[in-house]
Amino acid sequence: MTTTTPEVSKSAPPSPKPSRGGRGGGVMSSTGLYVATGIAGFFFLVPFYLLVRNALSTDTDITGENWKFFPTDIQWGNVKELFTDETVPFAQSLWNSAVVATLHTVGVLLVCSLAGYGLARIPYRHANKVFYAVLGTLMVPTAVTFVPSFVLVSSLGWVDTYRGLIIPGLFSGFTCFLFRQYFLGFPKELEEAARVDGLGYWGAYWRIVVPNSLNFFAAMATITFINGWNSFLWPLVIGQDPGSWTVQVALSNYMTNQTVVFHLIFMATAFSILPLVFVFLFLQRWLVQGIAQTGIKG
Amino acid sequence: MSTTTTRDLAHPAPAKASPAKPRRGLRGSPTFNFWLFTGPFLIGLAIFVYAPILWSIWLSFFEARFTVTPDKFIGFENYTYMLTNDDFVGSLVTFTVFAAFIVPTTWALSLSLALLVNRLRFMRAFFRSVFFLPTACSYVAAALIWKMSIFSGVRFGLMNTVLAWFGIDNIAWLVDPNPPWYWLVIVTARLWLQSGFYMILFLAALQNIPGELYEAAAIDGAKPGWQTFRHITLPQLRATSTAVILLLLIAAYQAFDEFFNLLSKTTWGRPPLVELYYKALGESQDYGAGSAGAVILTVLICAVTLLQGKFMGFGRGDESK
Repeated sequence: MTTTTPEVSKSAPPSPKPSRGGRGGGVMSSTGLYVATGIAGFFFLVPFYLLVRNALSTDTDITGENWKFFPTDIQWGNVKELFTDETVPFAQSLWNSAVVATLHTVGVLLVCSLAGYGLARIPYRHANKVFYAVLGTLMVPTAVTFVPSFVLVSSLGWVDTYRGLIIPGLFSGFTCFLFRQYFLGFPKELEEAARVDGLGYWGAYWRIVVPNSLNFFAAMATITFINGWNSFLWPLVIGQDPGSWTVQVALSNYMTNQTVVFHLIFMATAFSILPLVFVFLFLQRWLVQGIAQTGIKG
Repeated sequence: MSTTTTRDLAHPAPAKASPAKPRRGLRGSPTFNFWLFTGPFLIGLAIFVYAPILWSIWLSFFEARFTVTPDKFIGFENYTYMLTNDDFVGSLVTFTVFAAFIVPTTWALSLSLALLVNRLRFMRAFFRSVFFLPTACSYVAAALIWKMSIFSGVRFGLMNTVLAWFGIDNIAWLVDPNPPWYWLVIVTARLWLQSGFYMILFLAALQNIPGELYEAAAIDGAKPGWQTFRHITLPQLRATSTAVILLLLIAAYQAFDEFFNLLSKTTWGRPPLVELYYKALGESQDYGAGSAGAVILTVLICAVTLLQGKFMGFGRGDESK
C-alpha cells in the first residue's frame, strides 16, 4: 500500500506546498506514516475479509484443519441457499429491518426536527424548562427503561408489530438536541425575510428552513438509519415471534442455535451489512459532515 | 394556512424580534406554534420515556414477579436485595472493568488514527473510509465474526491458527473465564466498531486548530512532534476529548449487544444491562428487582456524568477558542 516514495526527509523545512495534514508533527517520516496507517488499515479490513471469505466458502473450508487465507472454491450458490432455506426466515427479517429502519428514520426526522426547531426558534416563556426536560432524558440511558417500556408496549398489544418496533424509538432526546443546536446556528435573516413575505412559523419552516437544511437532514437521516438498522436490544425484547425478527435478532438467534451452518450464518451477516455499506459509499460525505457538525466538536 | 395572517406585518417591525411583536390571533401566536412544533415530540416523550421511568420507580417499591400491577408494597426491599445480590454487584464490577479498558483505549486509538489520517497527503479519503467503515456494522455482526471466526476457541479460529504458528496451544477464548481472555475479545470488537466514529470527531477538531499556533510554536523553538503535540494539539483538543470521553462512558454503560451475543449463557462477564435483562425478562420475570436495579444504575450514571462534568468542564469548551 505504501506506494509513495519517501522524498520528504524529516529534517526538511515545511514543504513548499504545505499540505492540510502536514502540520503539527514531524516525528514520523512519510514512509513510516504510510506503514503505520497501512498496518492499522489492514487490521480494520481483516474482519470484513473474513466475513466475505467465510460467506463464500463451504463449511469444511471454514472449519478445516489447516486454516487457509483463500477459500479453495468460491461458492456463489450460498446466496441462493440462504434465501431458499425454509428453516431460516431470513428474507422476512431483512424486509422487517428495511421497513423498521426506514419508517424509524422518517419518523425521527419529522418529530425531532420539528421539536428542535420549536425549542431553538419560537419564543415561548417556558421554552427553557421544556428544553431541560428533554435534556434530562439524555442522562437516563434509554436502554435502562426497557423493562417498563416492554410492559407498556405489551399492554398496548404492540408486541410483534411494526408499531411496537418503531413508535417507542421515535422520541430521541439526543436527535432533538442535535436539531436544536443546528437550528440555533441557522441564519435568522432568511426566516425573517420569509416572515415579511407573510409566512407563519409553519410556512417558514417548510418553505425556507427545511429546503435550506437538506445537508443536515441527509446527515441525520443517514445516522438515524444506521442506528435503526443496527439496533438490537429493543427488537430482541419486542420480537417474540420469528416472523417479526429484525435482521439483528435473526443473526443472534442463528449464532446461539445448536445446529450451526457456518457458511449460511456468514452469508446472512454479509447481507445484513450490505445495505449499510452502500449507504456508506454513497452518502459518506454527508455522514462525515454530519458527525463532524453535530455540535460536540470543540 | 397561517400564511393568511399578513396584516400585522404592515406596521414597522422592530428589529429585535420579541414576543411582544406578533399579535395575530391564535394561529400565529408563538405559544401556539411552540406547542404545534414540540407537541408531538413531547407527548411521545411523556408516554414512551417519562412514563416508563416513573413506572419503573414505582415498580421498584413493590414485589412484582410476573406482574406489572403489583399490590404488595415492600419499600426498599428490592433495593437492598439488588445491592447485596452478587450477580448485580458483579455486573457493576464488570462494567467498571470494561469502562476502565474501553474508554482509554478507544480514546487513544481514535486520536491516533485521526492524527495519522490528518497527516496523510495521498489516499487520505481511502484510509478515513477504511477506519470509518466498521461503524456500519452492528454489534451483532461483529460479535458473530469475532466469536465464530477470529476468536473461535477451536483450532480453525484465526487467532488460534496464528498462535499455532508460534507453537502456542489453543485458547478457549470465550468459554473459560480463567484466565479472562474474553475481555480481549470484547474490547477488540468494540474498539473495531467505534474507533472510526470518534476518529471523525477528532479529525474535525484537528482541522479546526489554527495553523498559526504551530507557526508560532516553531518560532518559539518548539520541535514538531511530541512538543507541539503536548503543548498545542492536546490542549486544543480538550473540549473534543471531554465530549468523546463522556460519550464513551455512556456507550459503555449501555453495553449489551456484544456481551449478550459473545457470552450467551455464561454467568460471568455480564454488564448491568445484560444482568437486568435476565433478571426482568428471564425465567424469574422479577420486574420489581429489575426496576430497582435500573433505578440504581440510572442514579449511578447521573452521578458519574455530573462528576465528570464538574471535573472536566463539559460544556465549557468555549474557553479554548
